[in-house]
Amino acid sequence: MTLARRIIPCLDTDGERVVKGVNFVNLRDAGDPAELAARYNKEGADELVVLDIAASRDHRPTFLETIRRVAAQLAIPLTAGGGVATVDEGRAILRAGADKLTVNTAALKRPELLTELAAEFGSQAVVLAIDAKRVGNRWEAFVRGGHDPTGCDAVAWAKEGASRGAGEILLTSMDRDGTRSGFDLTLTCAVSTAVGVPVIASGGADAPGTFLDVFVDGRADAALAASIFHDSIQGLGELKHFLAGKGVPVRLTS
Amino acid sequence: MKISLVEYDAGNLPSVERALARQGLETERVATPETIRAAEALILPGVGHFGQLMRTLGTRGLTTPLREAIDHGTPLLGICLGLQALFAESDEAPGDAGLNIFGSRVVALPPTDKLPHMGWNQLRRVRPSVLLEGIPADAYFYFAHTFAALNADDAAVALCDHAAPFVAALERGNLFAVQFHPEKSGEMGARVLANFVAHARAGSRS
Repeated sequence: MTLARRIIPCLDTDGERVVKGVNFVNLRDAGDPAELAARYNKEGADELVVLDIAASRDHRPTFLETIRRVAAQLAIPLTAGGGVATVDEGRAILRAGADKLTVNTAALKRPELLTELAAEFGSQAVVLAIDAKRVGNRWEAFVRGGHDPTGCDAVAWAKEGASRGAGEILLTSMDRDGTRSGFDLTLTCAVSTAVGVPVIASGGADAPGTFLDVFVDGRADAALAASIFHDSIQGLGELKHFLAGKGVPVRLTS
Repeated sequence: MKISLVEYDAGNLPSVERALARQGLETERVATPETIRAAEALILPGVGHFGQLMRTLGTRGLTTPLREAIDHGTPLLGICLGLQALFAESDEAPGDAGLNIFGSRVVALPPTDKLPHMGWNQLRRVRPSVLLEGIPADAYFYFAHTFAALNADDAAVALCDHAAPFVAALERGNLFAVQFHPEKSGEMGARVLANFVAHARAGSRS
């Protein structure tokens, strides 16, 4: 009996529609969030993440309606976020039907936000999203949808975030995001071994072997991907059977 | 039969309501002593903080009606924090009294594994169970918690192992509770809820 490694499809949205870009730019439409949510729920996704990637720049209340529509399709946990800067905004996201919320830019500006959110909703509901990009021989955390460098070391920030109340780290390699060149194993392992909370690896997912690598060598607790699932390049069931065959504990639903 | 969901602000009522609605079940939200006393079957859902839950129940005058409902044998299912609330107290909120149906203390899991215990895990059955009837032994359920009850007198029906063995499901007469989230546990979770409702219905007919 071991905690299963989780496979998490991610819906990056403009608030209303699912979009996908490479290295955070050149966004294209990738479908209706509720339709994709229903499909992934049925195919055996362990959780779903829905993000409003435009929110830091342009607040969109339609996103709450998107969360409601997505949550209505799910019998699995839902994480939502994008531009959350206050406890009230976090509450709105959870009330709309999310089980957990992600914070990114606002937490780097004001780390106390993590503690406030954890005190209000519990650490299990607070996911610190970190967009990390290799700069020299370390990784730097970027904010505002990957636009702005912070000078902040991503591994150190993950540690601080967990100690301030984040119950999970959603770690995106900006270098790998959308490239289908495999997860950044060094980055993932560095963060996963530095913190005592679960780490969700993101960015670079491709063939089933890339997931095996990030669970074994990257020490990830969960792996997140978007386009390979949206475009049906990789089936969830097939991926999980592959991992089970390699001895990775996963939840098989069929 | 209508299922009454105890409302206390922080709870994840909509997902429990949706899970029951998918099975064609009628639900209502209850937040007063009168509605709890009148309930045919109760669910105490749980997300949030032990102290906040117990204080909210106290402020609204729900602690005694809940305890009485359990004593009178009203079918009740506690979920996650709703399981922990059945105990005497919790490491999460020293000084705040629980419902004290079980005399032991809810403790913080030791940091020997990653915490929170977050994700899908399997159960270790320790005795026959109403809630888990018809569910394969290797089924996975979704957990999201840092605190847990390590024992529940003789009521534990399934344990889970993460950092330490802890109570994953307990049953005593018409009282049921699970540390995992059946409303978030796909088909297997739906079956747990259905088993609870079937038991409650059978009791109300007899």
